[in-house]
Amino acid sequence: MQPYIKHTSIAALMDRSNVDTDQIIPKNFMKKVERTGFGINLFHNWRFLADNITPNPAFELNKPAFQGAKILVAGENFGCGSSREHAPWAIADYGFNTIISTSFADIFHSNCFKNSILPIVVTAEQLASLMAEIAANEGVEFTIDLPEQKVTTPGGIVINFDVDAFRKESLIDGLDDIAWTLKHVDKITAYEEANKKKLPWLWPNA
Amino acid sequence: MTKTMYEKIWDANLVHEPESGSPLLFVDRHLMHEVTSPQAFEGLRLENRKVRNVHSILGTIDHCVPTKDRHNIVDAIAKKQVETMTSNCDENDINLFGMDSDQNGVIHIIVPEHGFVHPGMVVCCGDSHTATHGAFGALAFGIGTSEVEHIMATQTLQQKKAKTMLVKVEGKLPEYSTAKDIALAIIGVTGTAGGTGFVMEFAGSAITDLSMEARMTLCNMAIEAGARAGLVAPDQVTYDYLEGREFSPKGDHWAQAITYWESMKSDEGAVFDETITLRAEDIAPQVSWGTSPEQVISVTGTVPAPSDFTNEVKAQACTNALKYMDIKAGQKITDIHIDIVFVGSCTNGRIEDFRATADIIKGKKVAEGVQAIAVPGSFPVKVQAEKEGLDKIFLDAGWEWRDPGCSMCLAMNGDELKDGQRSASTSNRNFEGRQGKGGRTHLVSPAMAGAASIAGHFVDIRDWK
Repeated sequence: MQPYIKHTSIAALMDRSNVDTDQIIPKNFMKKVERTGFGINLFHNWRFLADNITPNPAFELNKPAFQGAKILVAGENFGCGSSREHAPWAIADYGFNTIISTSFADIFHSNCFKNSILPIVVTAEQLASLMAEIAANEGVEFTIDLPEQKVTTPGGIVINFDVDAFRKESLIDGLDDIAWTLKHVDKITAYEEANKKKLPWLWPNA
Repeated sequence: MTKTMYEKIWDANLVHEPESGSPLLFVDRHLMHEVTSPQAFEGLRLENRKVRNVHSILGTIDHCVPTKDRHNIVDAIAKKQVETMTSNCDENDINLFGMDSDQNGVIHIIVPEHGFVHPGMVVCCGDSHTATHGAFGALAFGIGTSEVEHIMATQTLQQKKAKTMLVKVEGKLPEYSTAKDIALAIIGVTGTAGGTGFVMEFAGSAITDLSMEARMTLCNMAIEAGARAGLVAPDQVTYDYLEGREFSPKGDHWAQAITYWESMKSDEGAVFDETITLRAEDIAPQVSWGTSPEQVISVTGTVPAPSDFTNEVKAQACTNALKYMDIKAGQKITDIHIDIVFVGSCTNGRIEDFRATADIIKGKKVAEGVQAIAVPGSFPVKVQAEKEGLDKIFLDAGWEWRDPGCSMCLAMNGDELKDGQRSASTSNRNFEGRQGKGGRTHLVSPAMAGAASIAGHFVDIRDWK
């Protein structure tokens, strides 16, 4: 995985709540068997007009000022609904590596970390101030510093955010989750051996 | 110290809790379908990793399957996804109820049919409606594809402990109110984010009164309240359902299993982080009016106005929803006319659901201009329904009687709403475009869907029949 450390990037504003994964990547684009190439389908139904090709000028992410943005600032309960990891794949492939909101749906939140995306939870007041700064100065660049757990803006906003220590370390090091878990494979084997005795009906030929 | 069922399952499945890093939770059962697994198999191949416990996996093909002429998948990309699922399962010796199996169907329908999930288990699937299996007192939740790969390679998940919420529904559910209405009523109270970070345990007399299938409907919708999972304590209803099924414990193991399952229930006086209580008598048939499952109201109600919400975000969401749904504040729910009726999905695609719809539509005719489709959740459901003559009731009423699949719940298989069409649907999500771009979805129970198909608009089934 791509290590995530510190960057200064354009922050795009999406002032909508309950953005669900059906919007992030509509189901008709989930038929691929690869992990890549979903960026062009991100927010398809909002992003394109009825011809499915012409960018919808009314859709916020189509604003020229937001092109090249790596940070997405959005309303509460972002990523609710379907568990599809195609959603963070599309977000990452489009170019975002950070999402700032007051809350994220559980599965989506977990999926972000598997794809080098940092979901940052802020308070409602903090979100309002970040949104106001973008609205007043579209194209503004925010700085995200993961080791310091800090968001800073040209307007003088400084936000210290929480992140799970292990997930932070995994993001910074670009760690492979499975490799980490397999370091504990002896514990897994021991659990399985005990489980075969405790619940034998769950195991073949036990 | 007393413990909740969630805490007991957590403790029983905790493999290791290192000082630094993440707790590892053992996964007993891993369910799979064609949409969220191919990239996981590819990941294993690239790293030369093997599937650790093949017997823990049960797979199906359900999302992309046409419900008419099922083997004729016209979309080449969907066809490849189906072929990839089949070859991945073949190569890894995974038990797949594939396209040619007479047991094929929607994953969350067929898994219980085979007794593959038991109380006390941890059950995962790359699908948010895995919550369904909480009906058995199993900790069942949806995961992403990276985690599908992680489970295949390690049989564990890196997990953080959730908080616990007790959802008590006491009293007797009125006639024509169902588990679907309980679920929608709960979401109406909690909101779609109210359960975020929580595992819900559903309890109370109205819950224990529910059949096994109704409990599945209820737990299925826990994810729509944002909860990681929903749970119902196992009891005699659970055991009667499980006994004799293919993967259920047999012989001496049966009694041992029941002893274990009983021990996994929440202790008397166990402490939950939060508790909410509903009175069953207050739960009328529900209809969603907006583009989020929390935008729901009793059939007797009227469409709310943005000014009805003190919360600014919810008021804005109401404005957006009214526009997308093309309905007006103050409009009576029973004045909303529909174009399509869909009965099916992992929420309401079981035999009891088709019986409920059939009971309403029997001897009547679908309203002019309305298309109504019935999609059994699995071939066993379809066969059973036909044995009971339900297919004839549907066909005589002017419904289409289809083959199983996820179908119009998420409209990946070609069954979809056209721009501007409006549905009464027994599925689980009314998100914008969920059933087709520009399509408008109203979530209801199977009986309410049946009545809407005949009347052409929503009706209060309690005084309609």
